[in-house]
Amino acid sequence: MDAINAEIFTLTYGSMVRQLIADLEDVNEVNKQLDTMGYNIGIRLIDEFLAKSKTGKCIDFRDTADKIAKVGFKMFLNTSAAVANWNADSTECSLILEDNPLTDFVELPENYAGLSYCNVLCGVIRGALEMVNINVSCSFVKDVLRGDDVSELRLKLLSQMHETYPYKDDD
Amino acid sequence: MFSSPLYRLNIVDRPLAKGKGEVSLSAFSFLFSELVQYCQTRVSNIGELERRLEDIGVGVGLRLLEILCFREKNSKRDIRLLDVLKFVHTSLWKYLFGRQAKDLEQSNTAEDEYMISDYDLFVNKYISVPKDMGALNCAAFVAGIVKGVLDGAGFRARVTAHFVPVKGQPKPKTTILMKFDSVVLAREHRLPSL
Repeated sequence: MDAINAEIFTLTYGSMVRQLIADLEDVNEVNKQLDTMGYNIGIRLIDEFLAKSKTGKCIDFRDTADKIAKVGFKMFLNTSAAVANWNADSTECSLILEDNPLTDFVELPENYAGLSYCNVLCGVIRGALEMVNINVSCSFVKDVLRGDDVSELRLKLLSQMHETYPYKDDD
Repeated sequence: MFSSPLYRLNIVDRPLAKGKGEVSLSAFSFLFSELVQYCQTRVSNIGELERRLEDIGVGVGLRLLEILCFREKNSKRDIRLLDVLKFVHTSLWKYLFGRQAKDLEQSNTAEDEYMISDYDLFVNKYISVPKDMGALNCAAFVAGIVKGVLDGAGFRARVTAHFVPVKGQPKPKTTILMKFDSVVLAREHRLPSL
């Protein structure tokens, strides 16, 4: 895949977030907008992932989480995440980001402590999985920008739809 | 809440990364596409859209100037007009696009106008402009970056991006037009010629 300097990406994202804060004036609105943008990215990004990643079908949700962490993050952001903290019935897990290009050069001022700066990632994951019939909720529970030691994304499987044949036009 | 040891170390006290990292162009293009779409919801015409993209670029340019001066110029920055233009044409362009810009020229008609032209800027790679938005060039974002760099270096300028058709080439080139403030030129004239 073609690549570009990560710093341009980082700074562009930062500039965009600043613009959102200036436009929307409320951190919760900004978080929501970032999530929506991520969702829009996710529903398109999944196509490229499926076309280029050369991975097969996921066996279960554990497999899905692994592929997001090891293949997805690698492919697009050139970094990888660790999967940890599974719950007993394998429907919830955490993606732990050690190295996140989005947060380079970033320092959150105290009055924006409620800003989930990387919220776009949540949207991307949610959107991408929705396109392969997996509904999840996704949010940051730890964030290095808020003083935590790592960034942790909590991923929760809500439902999984099975494809049924034949498709009907009015579905 | 800012109790972690990481936070005691201010961001500017930490060493500046080497900046060799890369991300996929797709990731950038997806983000840029969302950015353009978002901007579209808040403007009423193409001129405003370009101005918005430019504004976002300015924020990037200001910061890039700092990074590049630290890394490549020993924390010094150029103070002469031609040197700054060369800096944009070579250093900045190499950093952004991996190569020098194709041309750097002075306008024939106005002393205060300079142009940098190039083909295939990566921001435009996955963008096809709809017919009803004919003149839109999303390289306005790059124009903004250039403006940020020039402003930051003390060379105030109006910077715009235009598509210019070239004979014998299927694709138009993108020209970044820089029109410098009269103050900048007056200062340049006062300084001894190189």
